[in-house]
Amino acid sequence: MALIDLGKREIHCKIVYYGPGRCGKTTNLIYIHHAMIPKARGKMVTIDTKGDRTLFFDLLPLHLGSVQDFDIRIQLYTVPGQIMYEATRKLVLKGVDGIVFVADPLQVRRQRNKDSLAGLSNNLAELGVKLSEIPIVLQYNKRDLTESEIPTLSVSELSSDLNSELQAPEFTASATLGEGVFESLRAISKLTVHQVAEKNRLLE
Amino acid sequence: MASFILTQEKVNAVHKLIDDKLIRAGVKKVMIIDEAGNIITECGHDPAITDPTALAALTAANFGATAQIARLIGEEDFTLLFHKGENSSMYFLRLDEELIMLSIFSDEVSLGLIRCRADELLAPVKSILKNGTV
Repeated sequence: MALIDLGKREIHCKIVYYGPGRCGKTTNLIYIHHAMIPKARGKMVTIDTKGDRTLFFDLLPLHLGSVQDFDIRIQLYTVPGQIMYEATRKLVLKGVDGIVFVADPLQVRRQRNKDSLAGLSNNLAELGVKLSEIPIVLQYNKRDLTESEIPTLSVSELSSDLNSELQAPEFTASATLGEGVFESLRAISKLTVHQVAEKNRLLE
Repeated sequence: MASFILTQEKVNAVHKLIDDKLIRAGVKKVMIIDEAGNIITECGHDPAITDPTALAALTAANFGATAQIARLIGEEDFTLLFHKGENSSMYFLRLDEELIMLSIFSDEVSLGLIRCRADELLAPVKSILKNGTV
């Protein structure tokens, strides 16, 4: 649920990075946190386990400048990817305005990507939101692995698995190297703010 | 999902109520947040709070997690929570299915007073934020 503060002329949106365990959701946020100037970002909050996996969520607040006199403030969240944390993922999705679905290219994780996207659709439905109606972009992460000997899925395979119905904007990325991270963020921010503004007839 | 629209009139009216009932009673800071972790509005000042954005996000998550705990014992939800600290304590009250009010206060203010005053605020604050009037 976006917050529109007419007194302060601010629009606050919540964007969630969703995807299977170890696909690189937190790595996206860490890269954004390091790359943005301190003035444009808040402190990153992480609740993770000792094993480096997200336990509850990561949060990174950003200030993305202004659009037609409105300050745009975005809160980036990640969900825990592990299968057992379904209830936690649903909690983090409450009030979501936009989604970056991060897919893992490893051949062995092909089914996990599909299961995670199906889980996203179910969790949103339980919150009264249709996956087809919320701004979403797909990020095919870890493209740097395609040059290694590890068996990976091609972009067309990922796209066919995950995006044949959605037809959402898709980006290739290597979050550890920062490639594709800001392209995905820019796209989802634009789509999300546009939808919030359009629904509330804020911008001309 | 519908957006929450906040006007200056709503903010002023809510601030006045919170000032009268809680800030004047010695509460250091009051925040109203939504379940998505957005800060709807905040009153008072506590120099110890340097990151209200994180505080709001974690409070929303905390409420969500305790709602799951509530279901494990056959309850739908816990409508209030209290965290006791050495110098500062927090009282959380659910205003409705979307809004949560948290009050931060020192040990010089009694929890009973906070509970009574917060309960008195529940209906008017909710009404102002949702409908624009008490």
